[in-house]
Amino acid sequence: MDFISILSIFVMACFVGYYVVWSVTPALHTPLMAVTNAISSVIIVGALIAAAAGSQADGGQTAKWLGLVGVVLASVNIFGGFAVTERMLAMYKKKERK
Amino acid sequence: MRALLGGAAALFFATPAMAASGEAVNPWVAVAYLVSGVLFILALRGLSSPESSRRGNRFGMIGMLIAVVTTLVTHDIASLPEIGVAIAIGGAIGFVIARRIPMTDMPQLVAAFHSLVGMAAVLVGIAAYLNPGAFNILDAAGEILVVSRIELGLGVAIGAITFSGSVIAFLKLNGNMSGAPIMLPGRHVINLGVLAGIIGLTAYFAVLPTVETAMVFWIIVALAFVIGFLLIIPIGGADMPVVVSMLNSYSGWAAAAMGFTLGNTAMIITGALVGSSGAILSYIMCKAMNRSFISVIAGGFGADSGPSEGAEKIDRPWKRGSAEDAAYMMKQAENVIIVPGYGMAVAQAQHALREMGDMLKEEGVSVKYAIHPVAGRMPGHMNVLLAEANVPYDEVFELEDINSEFAQADVAFVIGANDVVNPAAKTDKGSPIYGMPVFDVDKAKTIFFIKRSMGGVGYAGVDNEVFYMDQTMMLLSDAKKMCEDIVKSL
Repeated sequence: MDFISILSIFVMACFVGYYVVWSVTPALHTPLMAVTNAISSVIIVGALIAAAAGSQADGGQTAKWLGLVGVVLASVNIFGGFAVTERMLAMYKKKERK
Repeated sequence: MRALLGGAAALFFATPAMAASGEAVNPWVAVAYLVSGVLFILALRGLSSPESSRRGNRFGMIGMLIAVVTTLVTHDIASLPEIGVAIAIGGAIGFVIARRIPMTDMPQLVAAFHSLVGMAAVLVGIAAYLNPGAFNILDAAGEILVVSRIELGLGVAIGAITFSGSVIAFLKLNGNMSGAPIMLPGRHVINLGVLAGIIGLTAYFAVLPTVETAMVFWIIVALAFVIGFLLIIPIGGADMPVVVSMLNSYSGWAAAAMGFTLGNTAMIITGALVGSSGAILSYIMCKAMNRSFISVIAGGFGADSGPSEGAEKIDRPWKRGSAEDAAYMMKQAENVIIVPGYGMAVAQAQHALREMGDMLKEEGVSVKYAIHPVAGRMPGHMNVLLAEANVPYDEVFELEDINSEFAQADVAFVIGANDVVNPAAKTDKGSPIYGMPVFDVDKAKTIFFIKRSMGGVGYAGVDNEVFYMDQTMMLLSDAKKMCEDIVKSL
């Protein structure tokens, strides 16, 4: 993709983010941080590419190991982030109607 | 329908080699990443109410699964077992931490997670620099594209800042490091110099021929680690909600920068979402403290809390109450508003507090909880703790929704909060917290104020007029113990 289309997606996504985040209820701001943490670990995509590429080039071997470490770190975040968000959200309960 | 799905799947999976070679990009791959980006948007959208929030979280998980699977099936995987092991190790660690972490430690956990995103971004950036071919960022002459170099430089820099900044935030929040600001002489000059250095070097890195860039690249990485550290050490404990939100934002921008390098829509959308999310949260936190973002970043708040006006007020008379007094008064009351703060989290008093609230409700008292945006160490911290203690979320109110009710309240019960109920913010122009929106607890008929001792003043280091008011009774004790004592007396 060329730079301008990527930039357009980015700018639009910033606006979407702006409106979506303002609609988040303040009571859920902590889960919001936990889940944004989890999804920003989509950076695992980059780590996977590095880890998958292997030694095609000079730096490939080092890049592969860096990628693997990146995969570990991002996985901690993905699993940890979603799991802890799920745990928190399960705690939010409405008043029991008697 | 099934045929259509089958066709889509066939198209999707049939051409991994094509994408791996980097020339032709399978359109389905782009669609898959787009879908995962949209699912991430839905994940945040779900958080607009507690009912839809769990479904939103599931959307997020599905989005992540799609992104990971798409990447794996569209690249020639030279090392699938190793990747599997890496995911299993990381996943297991993350899962165990998520299960075990006490809710009071959530700010530390989030800071720690931010540092991991930052580090992952740095690693991906370095890997892309070392093996640009795999990331399709080479031009015809075998040089890394100029635009990619800028993205790489900025990406690793933001990632490194996120990492070292989050590590410091973690250490401060976790108590491994004093929450007090550490002020280096001339730190503004140093910080601005280092930042300018990073930007200048990134520009230099972009124009140099690839073979000569190695040194510059590593200096950028090193400087960025240093600046992250320098930026956070002068920021005091009370400003941590802003710092945590700000680092949240940075981790998003780091992911977005890497998304640009890879031309990956899922990463760009996510990065933009997370980036704006953190920025908005920082804004909300700053506004709730009536401080500008710049003054928070400049740091030092809470350090120069000299006993300027507070000193001569120390000996003023105040009334001490007991658990029995509090129990008696609240039982008689029609409505009680509880204002929890960070002290409640420190004392782990949320369960005892909820028990107290339940007993009062059985006595026919209306009990509400009032939460200030900056109560605790991260946005929404108090809400999670109350939710953990089984307080229904429809009994918990935000500042602007409940503030007018204090005038009708029989009892305001302040537990572990201080600055957020300080009327000096409304009246005393000289006060460091002047202009900060606060709860009007001083309008309640009776105020109970749980505090460990009369000595300490809040994080802002200002004395609180509420201590000395006629209708105030100070309950000097550990918050948890006091709640338990009140429960016994009810």
